[in-house]
Amino acid sequence: MSVGRIGLYIFLAGAALFFAIPLLIVVMTSLKPMDEIRAGSIFAWPMAPGFAAWVKAWSSACTGLACNGIQVGFWNSFQILIPSVVLSVSAGAINGYALAQWKPPGANMLLTALMLGAFIPYQVILYPMVKIMSNVGLYNSLPGIVAIHIIFGLPVMTLIFRNFYAGLPDELLKAARVDGAGFWRIFWEIMLPISVNILVVAVILQVTGIWNDYLLGLIFAGREYAPMTVQLNLIVNSQMGEQEHNVNMAATLLTALPPLLVYVASGRYFVRGITAGAVKG
Amino acid sequence: MRSLAARLVLSPTALITLVCFYGCAVWTAYISLTRSSFFPNYEFSGIAQYTRLFSTERWNVAYANMFIFGVLLVAGALALGIILALMIDRNVRGEGFFRTIMLYPLAMSFIVTGLAWQWVLSPSIGVQHFVRDLGFPDFTFDWVARQDRAIYTLVFAGVWHQAGLIMAIMLAGLRGVDRDIWKATRIEGIPVWRVYLGIVLPMLRPLVVTCVVLLSVAVVKSYDLVVAMTGGGPGFASDLPGKFVVEFSFERANIGQASAAAVVMLGSIFAALAPYFYIEMRRKAT
Repeated sequence: MSVGRIGLYIFLAGAALFFAIPLLIVVMTSLKPMDEIRAGSIFAWPMAPGFAAWVKAWSSACTGLACNGIQVGFWNSFQILIPSVVLSVSAGAINGYALAQWKPPGANMLLTALMLGAFIPYQVILYPMVKIMSNVGLYNSLPGIVAIHIIFGLPVMTLIFRNFYAGLPDELLKAARVDGAGFWRIFWEIMLPISVNILVVAVILQVTGIWNDYLLGLIFAGREYAPMTVQLNLIVNSQMGEQEHNVNMAATLLTALPPLLVYVASGRYFVRGITAGAVKG
Repeated sequence: MRSLAARLVLSPTALITLVCFYGCAVWTAYISLTRSSFFPNYEFSGIAQYTRLFSTERWNVAYANMFIFGVLLVAGALALGIILALMIDRNVRGEGFFRTIMLYPLAMSFIVTGLAWQWVLSPSIGVQHFVRDLGFPDFTFDWVARQDRAIYTLVFAGVWHQAGLIMAIMLAGLRGVDRDIWKATRIEGIPVWRVYLGIVLPMLRPLVVTCVVLLSVAVVKSYDLVVAMTGGGPGFASDLPGKFVVEFSFERANIGQASAAAVVMLGSIFAALAPYFYIEMRRKAT
């Protein structure tokens, strides 16, 4: 092995350490009792690892007045996640199919409008959206936050599916129409079966995106349905007295775990989703 | 008639796009030109909100921070991402391992990222504490708690979160380079690093521009990272426009100032997108 190769591996190993360290200290500290953290360092290996801090973080950590643990946020996030993902991915698939395969008049204009809409920062439309949501009676409610996730997911979801369906040969649709199939039958019987890959990519993108959302949950979900990220920040950043680092880090890890598992399980699909979501067409 | 179903299906999306994205943006822009403060007040006042905004110290700090954070994050993530992509492109062993570890931060929320880095950099339990315990009692690294340095600590966390994305995009580009170029340059005896610098990277310039645009847009939108990591503090030393707008909209309830600040954010996004439009237009012209 040449000197250059060795240098290359040393640099890569250093980079890997840089990427691993935040996760490592969170995992290690969450497994330690508090006196070990006081006496030692968060970079040290746990001497007597245990899950006591995890149990406390899950079931009895305090956010302000209530001490029911981060599980409250977990179930809120779960209830927000399922309908938001199902509905926003379905909406994206149908929109993308209608835009790319049927090319109705104005399709290009709608596409451009959606693409630019994806770049508008939430902060620009937050206040008017709050007004609209409270006027229709959905502000601070579960259906309200789900509706918000669907609306803010529309641009990216539609564009991902549009790009996929635009890459299919036109003959597919023409042949089906000669056979007398209509809009919905073609979608169900021809388009959906060949869309499995792109559906997986879209679902991964939405699951991680919605689970990790903080701002929309903070503003639109209300106290009762505050998602896990909002609750986590409350637990950690509003604590009085001595910081219980092990409980805080266990709560952090529990919040990070679902998207982390999705990432590990999905591998290359995840990368495709992230780049598709980022590059937007 | 052929596309009636398609039109029906798309009309809710068109309506939502029109009302929720453009209608609301126009609404915010309009509020920013009125005398609104606690309540919206639709009496026109010209650019008074903007002149007041840019004479508010907190806003000026937040706005300047966006540029400090932005320049360093774009440069840092781009440099690290490209170097990592080049290295992985040299057929390293354990590529899957390195890719996995470099990309997992993208699955983490900014809240989790901010909290984790807050602990790593915390003077009382993090790096400073660790190095002092190693036998350097005078070692000091307390940037996260320092008024003049807190904004720089956000860059560590931001680079950590985004470098993997740049690596993935650039690596895909490197893998797409024509193999004949490598064959030809090897026959000519040109050193590998010169092929990368002189031929391959210039070929990937559009991808680099895409990365710069993506990172810049992310910078303007930054919000949760600073909330979790420094809370905008100490004081408001590490505040960012995204946090300024949310706080002035909902906690301090000054909707006029919040709207003006939001419009400045929108303008910044357009500025960040400009290189992209420029390239698109040049591509269409040729």
